[in-house]
Amino acid sequence: MATPTSEVTVLIPTLLRPLIGDRATVPVPTPSAVPLAQLLDDLHQGYPVFARRIRDETGALRRYVNVYVDGEDVRRLEGLSTPVPPGAEVMIVQSVAGG
Amino acid sequence: MTTTLMAIGTKKGLWLATSTDRQSWTLSEPHFLMQEVASVGIDTREDRTRILVGVLSYHWGPTVVYSDDLGATWSEPEQGAIKFDGSDDTAVGRIWQLQPDSADRPGVVWAGCEPISVWKSTDYGEHFELNRGLWDHPHRSEWGAGFGGAAAHSVIPSPVSDTVHVAMSTGGVYRSDDGGASWAPRNKGISAYFMPDPNPEFGQCVHKIARDAVEPNRLYAQNHHGVYRSDDSGETWESIADGLPADFGFVMLTHPRRSGTAWVIPLKADGERIPPEAKLAVHRTDDAGSSWTRQDRGLPDNEYNAVLRDAAGVDTLEPVGVYFGTRGGTVYASNDEGGSFSEVASHLPDVLCVRAAAVVGA
Repeated sequence: MATPTSEVTVLIPTLLRPLIGDRATVPVPTPSAVPLAQLLDDLHQGYPVFARRIRDETGALRRYVNVYVDGEDVRRLEGLSTPVPPGAEVMIVQSVAGG
Repeated sequence: MTTTLMAIGTKKGLWLATSTDRQSWTLSEPHFLMQEVASVGIDTREDRTRILVGVLSYHWGPTVVYSDDLGATWSEPEQGAIKFDGSDDTAVGRIWQLQPDSADRPGVVWAGCEPISVWKSTDYGEHFELNRGLWDHPHRSEWGAGFGGAAAHSVIPSPVSDTVHVAMSTGGVYRSDDGGASWAPRNKGISAYFMPDPNPEFGQCVHKIARDAVEPNRLYAQNHHGVYRSDDSGETWESIADGLPADFGFVMLTHPRRSGTAWVIPLKADGERIPPEAKLAVHRTDDAGSSWTRQDRGLPDNEYNAVLRDAAGVDTLEPVGVYFGTRGGTVYASNDEGGSFSEVASHLPDVLCVRAAAVVGA
């Protein structure tokens, strides 16, 4: 019987990888479902510069940063309250911005 | 041999230029490519050169970085140099101004940001504290946003007292005489023609202010239409626009040592933001605005781009260098106080910020 996973896998956008140990994916221990905000807090531990790229000082996701939980845009779900279950894949990606 | 450093902040990155004669310049590769650089401070106090840069990524937000080796390497304070407390329920949008204080206040750097806020660092720009006096000002809810956003874009401390002047778009000029603890509007005489009362206590769209080199109570202002001088620390302002081809523009520069000398770069009008007759020129006064001299030697025959409020600066050499860049990405330098200009760079992105200084300690 397969061992149930107790991690969430976070996919890191290329530009931000140098800020989180040059990793493309980061496993975050997640024994049970947590709100996305909590998952990001756990992900950001020890990487304050990376954290500021994703969320501003109010804790809000930056306007042109998109986060997908298992392929679903969290802005169409419950935003930072979106539950993230163990085994989920969380993708952080920059939206379109600039000229 | 003196090396002069020019920092050119643009909509898509920062370029650094160096020169030993201020005529022939070596331009760097872009730093922070695809990030907006709206503010630069070159701090040459205490015999070393620190470049402070306000960077904005449209994706990843604003931050302050600095270099102590002329851009070879950059450092970013881990916790962020400028940010609100969680309890403020707001976030810094853009860093508009990074202004080192005077030589006898080492380590002190001021910042002006969007939303309209003033910040002060006492550790060379690595960490700033929000100025609560201005942030909590009862006028806050009535301040507006200019086209570029709602920001404190000029922060000029007096070198001889606890007076600090701030200018914001829109809101006008505010002055503190207690180091920033309390603030009051100082706009009497400055027009706000776009408001129902054209002479309000506050609400003016002052584009830039600068302090006289010798007389700390003398200030100059380039307004959203109107060029003004105050001789009483902003209590009253009088027009000094006579003699200029237009009273619109963004730039106001003062000489670092000589009283009464200032430069503006006029644009035709609010509704026609090009140099008058499409002829780019700097205008200099040496008598505090009583008369103006056109300075256009070395500038192009035709120019349809504007020069933004921080896209111009002076150095402190003798004679003083004058520098500016256009929204068309051309940068000019004068090593003789505007007597003649040479082209430093062209085809850059929109120039947002130009600062220059003689390099020390490197």
